[in-house]
Amino acid sequence: MADISTDFLGIKSPNPFWLASAPPTDKLINVVRAFEAGWGGVVWKTLGSQVKNVSSRYSSVNYGGKRMMGFNNIELISDRPLDINLKEITQVVKMFPDRAMIVSLMADNDRKSWHDLIMKAEDAGAMGFELNFGCPHGMTERGMGAAVGQDPEIAKMVVEWVMEKATIPVITKLTPNVHSVVPTAQAAVQGGTSALSLINTIQSVTGIDLDTLVPNPYVAGQSVFGGYCGPAVKPIALKMLTTVAQDPIASRVPVSGIGGVSTWKDAVEFMLLGATSVQVCTAAMNHGFRIVEDMCEGLNNWMDEKGFEKTTDFIGKSVEKITHWEDLDINYHHIAKIDQDKCIHCGLCYIACEDTSHQSINVERGNPYNNYTVKEEECVGCNLCKLVCPVDACITMEEHRVAPEYVNWKDWQREGRPLNDH
Amino acid sequence: MSIKNNRLTTAEYQENFADIHPPFETSDAALTEANRCLFCYDPPCMKSCPTSINVPKFIKQIATENLKGSAHTIFASNIMGAGCSKVCPVEKLCEGACVYNMMHEEPINIARLQRYSTEKAMANKWQLFDRKPSKGKKVAIVGAGPAGLSCAHTLSREGIDVTIYEKEAKGGGLMTYGIAAYKVTPEFCEDEVNYITSIGGIEIKYNQEFGKDVTLEYLQQNYDAVYMAFGVGLARQLDIPGEHLEGVEDAIKFIYELRDNDYSKIAVGDKVAVIGMGMTAIDAATQAKRLGASDVTLVYRRTQAEMPCTQKELDIAKLDGCKITWLASPKEIIGNNGKVSQLVCDVMKLGEPDASGRRSPIVSGETFTIDVDMVIKAAGQMPFQSLVNANNIENNNGKIAVSGKSATKLAKVFAGGDCVNGGKEVVDAVQAGKDGAAAILKTIVSPDYIIESELKPTFNN
Repeated sequence: MADISTDFLGIKSPNPFWLASAPPTDKLINVVRAFEAGWGGVVWKTLGSQVKNVSSRYSSVNYGGKRMMGFNNIELISDRPLDINLKEITQVVKMFPDRAMIVSLMADNDRKSWHDLIMKAEDAGAMGFELNFGCPHGMTERGMGAAVGQDPEIAKMVVEWVMEKATIPVITKLTPNVHSVVPTAQAAVQGGTSALSLINTIQSVTGIDLDTLVPNPYVAGQSVFGGYCGPAVKPIALKMLTTVAQDPIASRVPVSGIGGVSTWKDAVEFMLLGATSVQVCTAAMNHGFRIVEDMCEGLNNWMDEKGFEKTTDFIGKSVEKITHWEDLDINYHHIAKIDQDKCIHCGLCYIACEDTSHQSINVERGNPYNNYTVKEEECVGCNLCKLVCPVDACITMEEHRVAPEYVNWKDWQREGRPLNDH
Repeated sequence: MSIKNNRLTTAEYQENFADIHPPFETSDAALTEANRCLFCYDPPCMKSCPTSINVPKFIKQIATENLKGSAHTIFASNIMGAGCSKVCPVEKLCEGACVYNMMHEEPINIARLQRYSTEKAMANKWQLFDRKPSKGKKVAIVGAGPAGLSCAHTLSREGIDVTIYEKEAKGGGLMTYGIAAYKVTPEFCEDEVNYITSIGGIEIKYNQEFGKDVTLEYLQQNYDAVYMAFGVGLARQLDIPGEHLEGVEDAIKFIYELRDNDYSKIAVGDKVAVIGMGMTAIDAATQAKRLGASDVTLVYRRTQAEMPCTQKELDIAKLDGCKITWLASPKEIIGNNGKVSQLVCDVMKLGEPDASGRRSPIVSGETFTIDVDMVIKAAGQMPFQSLVNANNIENNNGKIAVSGKSATKLAKVFAGGDCVNGGKEVVDAVQAGKDGAAAILKTIVSPDYIIESELKPTFNN
């Protein structure tokens, strides 16, 4: 059995699965249920100045009959009184001393407010802080949340204020509502943050009710941009995580990965790109806390199969495999092959290639089933047919190198080799 | 043992004749199923549908909640798409061709999705077609069954006025009078006829029997064209001793009575033998059972491999508790006081394939006898040969001979559906009606006239 426990700057948790700062971590009753279900840690929903929420708060993007492919919210930081939150944090830490208890913070934009908040949260028993530089709605108008995360100078200043007082690890949570997360990540590191977490939610309009013409979520006939999350944002989160992992300054600190983590496989992907722990929210809101059981088992089984004994054996292993386009091997070529025994004759490969790619698939008409084969000389190896094929391993890409040696675009240009052929 | 009615309570009748293919109960269920569809290119389901419904397109439209569009897609190819969704043997047509079968997965529930869409259209009375401007022509159609209605609707869309002459008091033909009641209700059949004719320009004259109340000569004289779609209706005789005995009935009549009357009024035996293994035989057997017969036996002279009904139909009969006797051919019906009491059968064995490609049964020499008090004959249907002969219509054993898809030798006279093919599926008759309309338009409007459904399918390109 692999050891799936994690040590995040000395904050230990039995597994890398933390619940992100969000409604599931807003109060004792939820967090206790989460810990009973097996979650390794929580980031307690952001504490800060008192706010008032509206209803409704969530909306969803459904796709192909599946619900909540994407999800958004316009909920603010915790709307419960600070002292009650702090009291409950103390209680939970006593009940579950082996779990990670991180507390998310968002103070008013002055040094004293941050110092006061930090001291109170430390007294309550928090093991670490997460600075909410990402909330994209409601707080930004007051210069907080994403307004901080979008300005590296302000972000650095706030981190510095925090580090003046904090005696426990501080994680800076980054907003994705920027061209690149790297400048703010660098600023936070230079400001002294102990770690980073990303991504927060992305500003979004999930859709519009075609009867009322009001976008979602509906609040008395109006709507606002909400923070987007869920499975749909995972690819964006992974990209942003990679840019942090590749940056020499930002990568000096550990990272907690967030953004559409729904299964153990998603978690492994985040960890392979440098995350030490992952934070989950939408999947838990969709299915309840019980999903953590499969996450732990799945991770464990995968690690056993791969021969990884502890999580640090594989964290970050895929970072170096993401390079620049100009470094890719131009001599690598592959060609689609359709397994005629597996083919169900749906023709999806044919029409996709014919209409939108390189007309590389032959059709031989039959009644009622047509036969489809690849025109090898036309195939550019784009993968489209394989991607649209509904049958597992029916279309495979067979390696047909153009030449044995590695040649990239820079070499190619330097050597004046011919263009305009594929 | 006796033949009597009123065997069951009202509640039992209701339960026994309730809809055998319930619709999707929620729109989410339909949506989930619609989203399973792969949206094939050049779809095998479409190619396997006699009316070439663009199945992936209408399913995609359900998936995008464009229900009106989905109903239009279905009805544009098959105006009886609602009825067909309930009665088509889809396991050997669209669903049988679904590529999921190749993956050994459940095919898309095409019929159920089609029903979901078309029922919404009918319930909301969506008028999905406009009539083109009048062409100043009028056509008479004989028979308000699937072929006649399909022909009428196609013609009406093109701006032709249609009068249908129908022998019965209700339209729908086989749908109304010849199919098991647990597949389509009389109310549904009536709604369907009304929905089809709601396009306008179609008048149905009921209780007008062809050859008696209205003659071919009259129709030829008073209309620009005549389309004959009077179906098949006579049960094939067994030509064995005892066929005249009280208690021997033909399946068509049995089902007709059942469809036209309250279930409690239909008399059925205790021990019933049904001769044949086609769809009509199954419908007769299952309904005899559902009317309260304690013992129903299907008697078929070949084996399961040669049966004309589908496996699904056979399963319905088996689940209803009907017994099946393979390789048995009725030899004699024995009576007692003029009433059926026993059926004597030859035990058969299979010989060489016959003209239909099926191995023909040969008498083995052995016989057996079963006690029965009712024999229902469902050994095939015969065309209205005398009717056809009386009108000097060229025919082949009563089946009207046509050139092309629907032209007869007689001027301005066309024919299609069961009266031409001798009896096929409802969906085949619907296609025949479209073909008939196309041929009529080419004759009375212009030889170049093309209706929409004649255009080459686009294969969702």
